[in-house]
Amino acid sequence: MDEIKHNDRPALRDPRWARLAIFVLGIGFLVLFVVLPLTTVVVEALRKGVGVYLKSLGDPDTQSAIRMTLSVAAIAVPLNCIFGVAAAWAFGKFEFRGKSILLSLIDLPFSVSPVIAGMVFLLVFGLQGWFGGWLREHHIKIVFALPGLVLATIFVTLPFVARELIPLMQEQGADEEEAARMLGAGGFRIFWSITLPNIKWALLYGVLLCNARAMGEFGAVSVVSGHIRGLTNTLPLQVDILYNEYNMVAAFATASLLAGLALVTLAAKSFLEWRFADQLALTRR
Amino acid sequence: MTAVAIRRPFRRWSVLPGFGPALGFTMAYLSLIVLIPLTALFIKASGLSWTEIWGIVSNSRVIAAFRLTFLASAAAALVNTMFGLVIAWLLVRYRFWGRRLVDAFVDLPFALPTAVAGVALSALTAQNGWVGSLFAPFGIKIAYDVPGIVVALIFVGLPFVVRTVQPVLQDLEPELEEAAATLGADRWTTFSRVTFPALLPALLTGFALAFARAIGEYGSVIFIAGNKPGQTEIVPLLIVIKLEEFDYRGASVIAVVSLLISFALLILINALQRWLGGRHGRN
Repeated sequence: MDEIKHNDRPALRDPRWARLAIFVLGIGFLVLFVVLPLTTVVVEALRKGVGVYLKSLGDPDTQSAIRMTLSVAAIAVPLNCIFGVAAAWAFGKFEFRGKSILLSLIDLPFSVSPVIAGMVFLLVFGLQGWFGGWLREHHIKIVFALPGLVLATIFVTLPFVARELIPLMQEQGADEEEAARMLGAGGFRIFWSITLPNIKWALLYGVLLCNARAMGEFGAVSVVSGHIRGLTNTLPLQVDILYNEYNMVAAFATASLLAGLALVTLAAKSFLEWRFADQLALTRR
Repeated sequence: MTAVAIRRPFRRWSVLPGFGPALGFTMAYLSLIVLIPLTALFIKASGLSWTEIWGIVSNSRVIAAFRLTFLASAAAALVNTMFGLVIAWLLVRYRFWGRRLVDAFVDLPFALPTAVAGVALSALTAQNGWVGSLFAPFGIKIAYDVPGIVVALIFVGLPFVVRTVQPVLQDLEPELEEAAATLGADRWTTFSRVTFPALLPALLTGFALAFARAIGEYGSVIFIAGNKPGQTEIVPLLIVIKLEEFDYRGASVIAVVSLLISFALLILINALQRWLGGRHGRN
């Protein structure tokens, strides 16, 4: 269809030199900004051979950073998933006043600098913060510990699932659910049998993006982590520490794990877009 | 439950259950994670008098950081707008082998952690790096100087313009350009008088999105910037430095100014998107 639309319309054909220039400029730009940085990560990580690469990944601090990153994502992603589904249920299936303002509030974390997303939790839970004294008396650690990392990560990844599901569920409307209700199905039955099958690929899509950001977030977690080696370092923070120690091979080896995650995410995302385009929200940014 | 719903004037009646719990949970979660913590920031900053706030903001190091952040973000967003148009055109108008792969790779900056982008770009553009060594003989320093900051910001903003222009270009009626050609316009006149004006709202939206993203960017920039106070120090880094010095008030004031700028940009972007939606819808 597209092929016919553009190739068989001579009026839309650009001159040969223009086509060549656009091709060279576009591909050249992407090679420079996307392919070369990825290649650099691999080359620098393997600079001293596969043995050193694997050894630096086996370092106890890096291992602990891997566990930390997985733990943070394992808590933050499901919570944002539940939030996204709840928000999409309220916004997609019901009509009420003030919807558009509430919708823009959900997108708010995308306009807040990651550094600020982290610092707000210092102001609430830090030693000088609102609950700082109380938390200290009760020996509860939030900032500079796992809960702080999780909170900061939830903040920056909050919109991902919701913004995939809300436009989709608004588009799908409530007719099928209402029919199920008329036939006597209860709320959970409606959700499991009608809504979830309709949104499953969009949900997976949102979870993929949410997870990639949760595992890769740097600024927000950097502020609340306190950089305690082997304790509160996530993978991106570990990259930072190793890089600042001029331990380049280890820094790039750690970075290669994150780059691998990004490539897997990208592949899965492209597959979903290609295979289930009709079941994803069409009104994406 | 139903009876209560009818009395509520703000919601249209529905047979479906779960509105209350779903909206309640949404609002509680949003308030606890985002709204209340952000309020804490504003309260912290509002505890200061105007003279104290002015004292923090008018500091030469702070002004230099804002100036650098603005100019570097604008330069990066401008580069993104030009190349974003080229890449969107390439992806929509031409058919070539590997087009899907190229399309997928445009989103890499969304998926690649900023810290990884930061270390990779600084290794690439350092004096001994693959790209940096090409510029070094001419005395041009990329990494650890202002050009490096722009490079990092170009990377993080790359997808925005492509992804806003692409759908508009896709839906643009070919008849418009054919009509122009029929009336005797050459390809360039058609582009500059017909196609480009139709793409302008999308280009502006993309520019604003890339700019807004660049203003708050931290992870990729700090690895490549050199971070010299007053010279290559961006606003988010200055906030982090103040936090590390336990100067929470100073950090809060700078953060509030930076947030207000982001919110103003958000309002502008929403207005642009409505304009884009209106133009896009009418075609």
